[in-house]
Amino acid sequence: MTPGARRPDLLPALTPLIVAAIAAPFIGSLPTFVTLTVASLAMGAMLFVMASGLTLAFGLMDVLNFGHGAFIAVGAFAATVVYQFAPHGSLATDLASFVAALAAAAVVCGFVGYVYERLLIAPVYGRHLEQILITIGGSIVIEQLLLALFGTEPLDLSPPAAFRGALVFGQIAVEKYRLVALGLGVLLYVLLLLVLSRTRIGLLIRAGVENREMVEALGYRIDRLFTAVFMAASALAGVGGVLWGLYQSQARAGMGADLLVLVFIVIIIGGLGSVTGCFLGATLVALIANYAGFLAPKLALVCNILLMVAVLLWRPRGLYPLGAK
Amino acid sequence: MNLTLDGVHTHIGRYHILQGVDFQAPAGLTTMLLGRNGAGKTTTLRTIMGLWRASRGAIRLGERRLDGARASDVARAGVAYVPETMAIFSDLSVRENLLLAARAGAMDEARLDWIFGFFPALKTFWASRAGSLSGGQKQMLSIARALIEPRPLLLIDEPTKGLAPAIIDGLIACLKDVKERGATILLVEQNFRVAREVGDRVAVMDNGRIVHAGEMAALAEDAELQGRLLGLSLDSHQ
Repeated sequence: MTPGARRPDLLPALTPLIVAAIAAPFIGSLPTFVTLTVASLAMGAMLFVMASGLTLAFGLMDVLNFGHGAFIAVGAFAATVVYQFAPHGSLATDLASFVAALAAAAVVCGFVGYVYERLLIAPVYGRHLEQILITIGGSIVIEQLLLALFGTEPLDLSPPAAFRGALVFGQIAVEKYRLVALGLGVLLYVLLLLVLSRTRIGLLIRAGVENREMVEALGYRIDRLFTAVFMAASALAGVGGVLWGLYQSQARAGMGADLLVLVFIVIIIGGLGSVTGCFLGATLVALIANYAGFLAPKLALVCNILLMVAVLLWRPRGLYPLGAK
Repeated sequence: MNLTLDGVHTHIGRYHILQGVDFQAPAGLTTMLLGRNGAGKTTTLRTIMGLWRASRGAIRLGERRLDGARASDVARAGVAYVPETMAIFSDLSVRENLLLAARAGAMDEARLDWIFGFFPALKTFWASRAGSLSGGQKQMLSIARALIEPRPLLLIDEPTKGLAPAIIDGLIACLKDVKERGATILLVEQNFRVAREVGDRVAVMDNGRIVHAGEMAALAEDAELQGRLLGLSLDSHQ
């Protein structure tokens, strides 16, 4: 190994396997275990998409955005609008509609994110208490706007016909849509890693997470980087909202707020600002939620909070903290 | 390009740190900024860099006013900064740290080889994570980052702190060569051997003001002046 080269820290990456191995004997049936595990991976992928933007924005900008959930809901509602007008019926049109819904959610949420960052976040950089209050207020405003625009009843957001049904392998049935969500989540994870490692903007984000002042002293406008990252974070939340809405077959104004606790657990477990940590944290949270949901449904959320406590006792800065020596 | 500070005041919170700093770092020379701990040297550098805002006074690089400018604009005006904390990006590799500092895009291979000539460890650890480097190597990286593209003005804050003598010798050679290439250097330094070897001019600070400005050689030869200004003798620090 080159002197000083990175030694891959594989132990955190093994934690999902450890959790699965511990849960397997309690679940008993292999088909049930596989079904739950695939469902967990798909849920983890969706949680990752929703949380990845928040972890970047939190890590880079040190902004406690309690309004992140509102963008999840905005994304889902943007998809309902697209689906109202999009053609469907064949695999090609279903796929095109799905891509259009994702794109619309990303564009709308990116734009709303721009306005939100300029109006609400920019005046309170570095002031956490004000950030919490103003972003909660912002999320309430956005939710109320969604209620005013789309009504109080949840809107239907069923997956297109091409994504319905299940693939059956013996006694194991895997829903097609879960595979789509899993595939898209993994694709976005790889894309984010490529952007962060292979592009100058990615280097700037990683550097900015560590030391914003030095990034500015190298001649880069950190405020513009903040705005761009916040827009991307909002767009990712919107894409996550589409995925989650299709998974739940509905869009609700409060759907993002309901997920916010899980999203925060994911980014804290993963290590703030770490995309790989976020992916791993989302997978762990989803595994625990599904296994616990099967074995002891009332304890699902408690188990995830216990998971966070255990991880933080083991690694106080999360599984893959940035800038770790 | 000349760097000129004219009556610069800086407040940090309730504290009035710089209380009317006046001095000039002449073009193409190395100016040492000396003084006791807490005299305001680091604050002066950070104020020039735009990391702290001057509450009064003027800072000029050549004819261009820098006071009131953002740090990014100061950097784009041609100022490179090596902070006392080094502030390398530990999660990025050595290559990525330098790539980020090369705003023009790709790094100039010839300039990179020139830097490797002074700091060969950076070539050895090219692909390594910066956080895994030793303290001395991190300092080399921090300085290399400021040198990766030619800049008219270098602000360097205590670069030799905690470094081994062999590394300090390389640093001295590097700073002399940078000056030969026409850069203006403003260097905060506690190591008087370094100050004497690389400094052309000196400005001594105390309580947020410049209390002496002149030739470095003259200060180095005047033990009484050293004792009065710095409370130290350069001879005792050789």
